[in-house]
Amino acid sequence: MSEQDCAGTGKATRQGLLGAGTPMCAGCGGLQALHQIYDLVGDKTVFVNAAGCMTLLSIYPFTPFPGSWLYTAMACAPAGAQGVRDALDVLLAKGRIQPEQDQLPVVLTGDGSAYGMGLSATSAAIDRGLDFLYICYDNEGYGNTGHQYSAATPAGARTATSRVDGYAGIKKDLFAIWSAHRPAYVATAIGTEPADLARKLKKALSLSGPRLLLVLAPCPTGWGFEPARMVELGKLAVKTGIWPLKEYSDGQVRHTQVPARRKPVTDYLQLQGRFRHLFAPVRDTDKLTALQRQVDDYWEHID
Amino acid sequence: MRKLLTGNKAAAWGARLAEVDYLPVFPITPQTEIIETLAEWVDRGELDARLTTLESEHSMVTAAGAAAATGVRVFTATSSQGLLYAMEMLYNVAGWRVPLVLVNVSRGLSAPITLEPDHNDVLAARDSGFLQLHCATCQEVLDSVLLAYRLAEDKRVRLPVLVNLDGFYLSFTREPVILPSREQVRAFLPAFDAGSNRFRGGEPVSQAVAVLGGGPYSYFRYQTHLAAVEAGEVFDELSEAFSNHFDRGFKAIEDYRCEDAEILFVMIGSFATKAREAVDRLRDAGQKVGLLRPRLLRPFPAREFVRLLSGRAGVAVIDQNLSTGLGGILYTELAAALYPVPRRPILASFIGGLGGRDITAGEFYAMAEQVRQAVETGQAPPPRLLFTDQEMQTVRGLQRIAGSEEGES
Ligand SMILES: Cc1ncc(C[n+]2csc(CCOP(=O)(O)OP(=O)(O)O)c2C)c(N)n1
Ligand code: SF4
Repeated sequence: MSEQDCAGTGKATRQGLLGAGTPMCAGCGGLQALHQIYDLVGDKTVFVNAAGCMTLLSIYPFTPFPGSWLYTAMACAPAGAQGVRDALDVLLAKGRIQPEQDQLPVVLTGDGSAYGMGLSATSAAIDRGLDFLYICYDNEGYGNTGHQYSAATPAGARTATSRVDGYAGIKKDLFAIWSAHRPAYVATAIGTEPADLARKLKKALSLSGPRLLLVLAPCPTGWGFEPARMVELGKLAVKTGIWPLKEYSDGQVRHTQVPARRKPVTDYLQLQGRFRHLFAPVRDTDKLTALQRQVDDYWEHID
Repeated sequence: MRKLLTGNKAAAWGARLAEVDYLPVFPITPQTEIIETLAEWVDRGELDARLTTLESEHSMVTAAGAAAATGVRVFTATSSQGLLYAMEMLYNVAGWRVPLVLVNVSRGLSAPITLEPDHNDVLAARDSGFLQLHCATCQEVLDSVLLAYRLAEDKRVRLPVLVNLDGFYLSFTREPVILPSREQVRAFLPAFDAGSNRFRGGEPVSQAVAVLGGGPYSYFRYQTHLAAVEAGEVFDELSEAFSNHFDRGFKAIEDYRCEDAEILFVMIGSFATKAREAVDRLRDAGQKVGLLRPRLLRPFPAREFVRLLSGRAGVAVIDQNLSTGLGGILYTELAAALYPVPRRPILASFIGGLGGRDITAGEFYAMAEQVRQAVETGQAPPPRLLFTDQEMQTVRGLQRIAGSEEGES
């Protein structure tokens, strides 16, 4: 990405389309990303939301969205987007609305919905070639209900339902699941890399069909870190190689940033309460080595 | 035009004549004929609507509600497990205050799994905020769909409507149905007006936002209730307009030979046609009996029931459903409605027709006789399941084959 691209998107990012004063936690990485995303997608959008933290963005009678908003439920936001898209298409075809009144359905959900309960609705929406954008802010747990583990929780992380030894499973690969459906576009991103995020979102907006932006959302509350360190932590997620920035289109996966000299994963892990048990009272060298090896293995196959 | 139609086809014709814009669908027996018929019409260009097959009823009802909120006329249909699978979204869509029509083809619920009908599926949705119409004939299926759109889209109501017909008994029974012309329907049902609830670029709308605290929550929930209550008045208005327009009656409660009746049957759905037959026979035998069949079940036409039942001697409430641990749902609702009435009749509760089990003419006569005796003794009989010794022996036989202990003993 060139400096010029950055300058262009930088301007867009400063618009601040999403209103201030939301009830999200201080330092919410998901909200940071949404601010940037909203400036780029604009207000001719219908956000179709599933139950999660972001449901509390619109509280009667207030909303930070100058565009439209529809809350559905936890399992079915993509189906809501289907209904909106189909209805707009019908209205356009029958001449009951003008093209400038058209809108983009944007699904907005957390990982619990995107990786789990809403996955069959998502899979089917992709099968049907639904023209929509899916934003998943991945805080790696069921945030709104107190951060229990979800299918997006990384191995070893402590959550409200894995308090002692940490999560025994592995983080599900939603990027691969989406890509296997051969949609128009899939990308990972993070709010702390705004230029990368903006470029991907612009690309997504230039395409039609099912498109996913999977955004890692550092979550001070659920992960156990000081809100002020959110940006530092987000940057470390990328620099340690734990959160690979990549995109899928036309059957190809491309990494948009390959950390040249990756920082050790411990730099990222030790800043978070959810991994504290790996460092104290005794350092769990085995587990830490295994986590490092997982990341190394991943990048070994990337040129 | 008069046509021989199954209940399912009549439902599809209702949607076609209402000139619906959008059909989110998912198959389930015995509803499939409805969506297959509509799909064929869409494919042939006979119906200018978009049909989308969703991956579940949960998604289907979500898409239906979202499309209605975007500003198009929506029709969908399901049955049984499908209705229950969508239950979370029935409450949502009603809370969104969007109009749409959902046809349910009644079928018993698992487990054990069956394809045949009773009303536990549709009655599970009775508190969801969907209004409910129940049909006994194929003509009524078509008429109910048309009336349902008027009701759902009325500015005073703005609630989705469930139209129920019985699986197999009505879904696959062919009856002559009068098909009104498109112009005749248009004169009764004007084009869809989304009102202010619609998603448009440049006109932001926030739908179904969160509320904080019980105050606003209570307010909105109660508004939905009041709209449903209001729908009762609106229904009376509309049913009169319907009768004038189409020359066919459509009252909230069908009263059959009730004028001087001392004993009444009360039931919903297609089995009521059997009750009607029984009433005729009993009348021939000199008994003063009649039948009340509510077409409108939500809102519950309590005032009308009170008017029709005050001063009668006895009532046999026949429930084709079973609220486990309680009994018949219709019986309970009627008992509640009649409680404040000083001269209320004796109510007897019968459960019958579960999973499509037949209710025979003989059983109707027996029920009338039991109610007559109860009136004489002033003592309501205990709730009763319609089930014969023969049926019990059949089940025992099956249990013997299955090798279960009850069968062996
Ligand atoms: C059917 C259903 N089950 C459970 C819930 C409770 N619930 C509300 S939000 C939530 C967590 C969602 O997690 P996620 O999708 O990751 O979003 P986040 O809360 O992290 O923003 C849960 C379980 C619900 N709303 N609906
Ligand atoms: S719990 Fe986490 S994801 Fe949810 S609002 Fe708070 S910081 Fe954001």
